[in-house]
Amino acid sequence: MADIAIKPNTQIDLLNTTIDQPLVAGEPSYHMVTESVCRIVEDKPTKLWFALLAVTSSVMMVLFVMLGYLVATGIGVWGNNIPVAWAWDITNFVWWIGIGHAGTLISAILFLLRQRWRTAINRAAEAMTLFAVACAAIYPVFHTGRPWRAVYWLLPYPNTMQMWLNFRSPLEWDVFAVSTYGTVSLLFWYVGLLPDLATIRDRATGLRKQIYGFFSLGWRGSAHHWKHYELAYMVLAGLSTPLVLSVHSIVSFDFAVSILPGWHTTIFPPYFVAGAVFSGFGMVLTLLIITRKALNIEHLITLKHIDYMCKVMLATSMIVGYSYATEYFIAWYGAVNGEQFAFFNRLTGPFWWATWSMIFCNVVAPLPLWWASVRSNIAVVFVITIFVNIGMWFERFVIISISLHRDFLPSSWDYFRPTYVDVLTYIGSIGLFLTLYLMFIKFVPMIAIAEVKGAIAQDIEKGAHH
Amino acid sequence: MAQTFKKSFDLQLRVFVPLVLLLGASAALSAIYLFLPSNKDVGYRPEQPVEYSHKLHAGNLGMDCRYCHNTVEKAAHAAVPTTETCMNCHHRVKTNSAKLTLVREGYAKGEAIPWTKVHVLPDYVYFNHQAHVTRGVSCVSCHGRVDQMIKVSQVAPLSMGWCLDCHRNPAPNLRPVEFVTKLDWTPDRPAEEIGREIIAQKGINPPIDCAGCHR
Repeated sequence: MADIAIKPNTQIDLLNTTIDQPLVAGEPSYHMVTESVCRIVEDKPTKLWFALLAVTSSVMMVLFVMLGYLVATGIGVWGNNIPVAWAWDITNFVWWIGIGHAGTLISAILFLLRQRWRTAINRAAEAMTLFAVACAAIYPVFHTGRPWRAVYWLLPYPNTMQMWLNFRSPLEWDVFAVSTYGTVSLLFWYVGLLPDLATIRDRATGLRKQIYGFFSLGWRGSAHHWKHYELAYMVLAGLSTPLVLSVHSIVSFDFAVSILPGWHTTIFPPYFVAGAVFSGFGMVLTLLIITRKALNIEHLITLKHIDYMCKVMLATSMIVGYSYATEYFIAWYGAVNGEQFAFFNRLTGPFWWATWSMIFCNVVAPLPLWWASVRSNIAVVFVITIFVNIGMWFERFVIISISLHRDFLPSSWDYFRPTYVDVLTYIGSIGLFLTLYLMFIKFVPMIAIAEVKGAIAQDIEKGAHH
Repeated sequence: MAQTFKKSFDLQLRVFVPLVLLLGASAALSAIYLFLPSNKDVGYRPEQPVEYSHKLHAGNLGMDCRYCHNTVEKAAHAAVPTTETCMNCHHRVKTNSAKLTLVREGYAKGEAIPWTKVHVLPDYVYFNHQAHVTRGVSCVSCHGRVDQMIKVSQVAPLSMGWCLDCHRNPAPNLRPVEFVTKLDWTPDRPAEEIGREIIAQKGINPPIDCAGCHR
């Protein structure tokens, strides 16, 4: 295909993140976009990639060993015990599900809102959604102790035991919410991939051509194809949009529907959704800041993208901070002893350090993002995203374990200590996540080529490329 | 540009993929069907160490079930008779029968006959014979016409759903307690009607919660 020449851009000040700055930096041409993205898939994997894969897949193996040990021995190998029956496992579950939310938000809601800046980051964010959902699903499934028996606890099918699900339980709603979310996210991701897989196919030879050809489902890029494609993409975006809100609302019902002080709160659904988007953007930024540098795609994922993501993170951080304040206010204003004790115990009880870490990481650490100069300082943004990732893990730990360890029966009060299996399972799931991510950036075009080209066209229309 | 695949590949794929899915689904469904307790377990008829005929003893001779399974009204477990119980009669009857060699040897040494259990429930199910028999559930409801069996075989699936069918609607399987071991008993009125009377009279309320059978 002939390279479509686009007037070269005059000097772009990378530090100047104004709205007029184009979404694709440098001297963008359609060919350049194709080259920059396909190169990552087509070049021989670098030594760095192999080194990282060696590390992450070893960590992933730790996960599998720990899960095998758990199945062989029983869930007593985790530190959970009455009264803290949910601990790191459910904390990790909610943490991972939350991380997945950025992907759906970026791909669905921002698409429907015509936010073109999503184009450079949506593919990677959606992939992270899928991997995060996979990591999340491990925890509740293995918390059953016998995952192969979980089928008849979780799925409605006629069986000789005449066992039926407890549809009144939010845990059951979770099964449907998460599996729907995973399915729609996968379809959305795959449909979006079709034109780009076809691009790789057209440039490939031999077996690669066959494989990418198979998965691009005969995409030829005709006007017909595009018409259907865009309609399908729009429909899937429409389907995903309510899921962004519903999944974490339903996850929050796991707690809100119970009567435990600290869980029994009507603010949970919006609070959890905001927290999920917050942690999701934190993780997307953490990974993309490294990825754009390592893969030399800083002209595609620009400071402008990082700036926008920081703003979303800042806004959701404010919502999360407001929710914390509301919880404490209602505990005081509600004048219910148990509720007041639960929140007093969070701040000053045995786990005070978890609560204060959560408040610092989620509310205080993102505050510098108010300044544009901070948002354009990659190193500082990276550090803040790490704080966010840690803070959101603590948030779930605080809600789950601190509420449980001081339950209604003072005689059963206890302190929760994770076992080494808890810790290694958690670290192992990060290994699984990163391994999948590394495979993704090597084998799948990690930026939506076709959509970024659309963004260039829009930049030209706006006169951003002079 | 040359196409990666032939044009016919598209049709092949469209036929092949649904076909594989369909075949896979039917294979899975058939396997599940074959392994249902009503197919896999019903008809189980193991060889027993002694050729004991229930048809001869309970049918032709008219012995009551409880002569041998004597704990059935008092305990959860319906006892399998000791060799002494057999010898109560067989030290006079058929004393030289070759079929009874094992019984006589066992009796002499004080050893039990290694019967093979026919009706096996999983270890996590607690079935109580006494609770059922004393409320008027006949042997025949679960074990079938044992008085007509030369070799005992399993006639009911003994699956959880099968248990629950009766726990949810016990009336058809209840009879006056004096007829519990009378396997050929036929009600003179509709069985449901008799059952409902017994339910009202004894206040029968079978558990259908998990802890009823899984403790």
